[in-house]
Amino acid sequence: MAKEVTGTTWTVYDANTMTQAEIYGSVLCELGEKYPEIVGLSADLAKSTKIGVFGDKFPDRFFNVGIAEQNMFGIAAGLAKSGLLPFVSTMAAFTAMRGLEQVRTDICYQNLNVKIIATHGGVSFGAAGTTHHCTEDISIMRSIANMTVIVPADGIETACAVRAAVEWPGPVYIRIGRGFEPTYYQSEDYGFRIGKAQTISEGTDITLICCGITVLQASEAAKILKEQDGLSVRVLNMHTIKPLDEEAVMKAVLETRRIITLEDHNVYGGLGSAVADVIAKSGKGCAFEKAGIPDCYCVVGYPEDLYCHYGLDCDSIVTKVREVMGRDFEEDESWEDEV
Amino acid sequence: MPITDSEIIRLKEQAKSIRHDIIDTTVWSGGAHIGGALSMVEIMTILYFKYLNIKPEDPHWEDRDRVVLSKGHGGVGYAPVLAARGYFPKDELKEFNHFMSNFGMHLDSLKVKGVDVSTGSLGHGLPMAVGLSLGARLQNKSWKTYCILGDGECNEGSVWEAAMSAAHFKVTNLITFVDRNRMMIDGRTEDVMAIEPFADKWKAFGFIVKEIDGHDFKDLSEAIDYAHSETKAPVLILCNTKKGRGVDFMEDQVKWHYGSIDSDLAAKAHDSVNRG
Repeated sequence: MAKEVTGTTWTVYDANTMTQAEIYGSVLCELGEKYPEIVGLSADLAKSTKIGVFGDKFPDRFFNVGIAEQNMFGIAAGLAKSGLLPFVSTMAAFTAMRGLEQVRTDICYQNLNVKIIATHGGVSFGAAGTTHHCTEDISIMRSIANMTVIVPADGIETACAVRAAVEWPGPVYIRIGRGFEPTYYQSEDYGFRIGKAQTISEGTDITLICCGITVLQASEAAKILKEQDGLSVRVLNMHTIKPLDEEAVMKAVLETRRIITLEDHNVYGGLGSAVADVIAKSGKGCAFEKAGIPDCYCVVGYPEDLYCHYGLDCDSIVTKVREVMGRDFEEDESWEDEV
Repeated sequence: MPITDSEIIRLKEQAKSIRHDIIDTTVWSGGAHIGGALSMVEIMTILYFKYLNIKPEDPHWEDRDRVVLSKGHGGVGYAPVLAARGYFPKDELKEFNHFMSNFGMHLDSLKVKGVDVSTGSLGHGLPMAVGLSLGARLQNKSWKTYCILGDGECNEGSVWEAAMSAAHFKVTNLITFVDRNRMMIDGRTEDVMAIEPFADKWKAFGFIVKEIDGHDFKDLSEAIDYAHSETKAPVLILCNTKKGRGVDFMEDQVKWHYGSIDSDLAAKAHDSVNRG
């Protein structure tokens, strides 16, 4: 399933000062030169989502539909039907909920080539409160047939995902934050492939399966756990939630026997549930924990405070790994006595 | 091109034949939205048998005109038109609604030849039609998009979002119809959720409105010709119609929004069409 991303792999982004959205806006402008069929749409969030950068460069190929998300996704479906390649961007909450029926029925049911960049995912718009959070979108989007779901780790990976989406057939949902999230990657040149997990660090004691902002936090936690506890922690960047890299999950089950999933999303239905499906189907046992936003509406606060509050920061991950490592779990190599 | 008397005679015969096919398909399907299918017969007939630039033998021909049946529950009225126009054999309609059939009551563009856009959930068609029209304009294509809305459907906010954008983007390669049969599932539109003053609403949203008798081919033809020539603003053809038109015991009856008919009732329906 996974496809090699071809084309340039340069990096001009100052990832320390550019947000995820700014980077994708820039990449989209570059792609717009190469692909005249690319058109852009937003719903009065051209500035916030940064797709307006594309609009400034290609005003004839950009449609700001005003505050009307249902219409925006319907228009995108029509544009795709006419042979164009729409990139649509608004906040995750207004994509996965306000405009969802159009996303599902107009775009996915007809398997149209529409690429969606949903910003302000998870609790990344912390202080804005629940109306502007979206801790449900991964769950929603992965249950829609034909949809590909990608949650990039940072701005650099967002650039990779946007490039890959152009060549990837059918609807794609790329879920990013608000910006200002620290980056993990420094360059696009690391072999991003849709549907193929990226190994951040090898390990044999436990695997942390991450997406989005948790990739950086988990990679830092792995270093601390190695130094302080002598643990060998595998960290997987599971940027593509659908199609999920089931092989990487099963390797983690068989080789580390302990897994924690980490995501800025409700613990129900997202990355953790996708991984749990694979484990359950395999019939193999494994110590397993889902870290994420509990099944509640998030408290108000700055995102970094919220990530600490909900256990998605580096220190919380270290604590969580120690807890899961301490669990009584049968260590034998063969599962024969368990069936 | 102004419509001629002989064209009108030909279209009337065609419409009558479509009505017979709708009745048969309703029997085969076990139940269908027959009332709203019958009210739009003239609209669909004049499009498919006079105006549309299409090649049924090449359904995906790039330069074809596009049709968006926004009132997607009209599928039982649409599929017989496509069959009559040669997209597929009429015999296939016998499978309507059956297990594994290509034909469900809301037609699927990936399964039914000639259907440009999948519809069914109301309020989705006009936004997609606006997108198609913008796409044609952006690619300097001369094909047009025709969108057929139901009147009850216009309770949906997304219809008005799309209307606003059609006017804002000056989409004049789009011709929009409303099948104003004045009924919806739960009753008369004005009782369930009033939409009047309906023409004024469209005008306020920036459309040029042509209000006509939606069963009159001359009216329809003049309105469509006008819409083709209009370049300042999108045109809405407000078609006053009768639900169940052509079948006397169904006409203007709310209960025939959706119904099943057995062979006895079908025979009466066919008789009524023949008399009409």
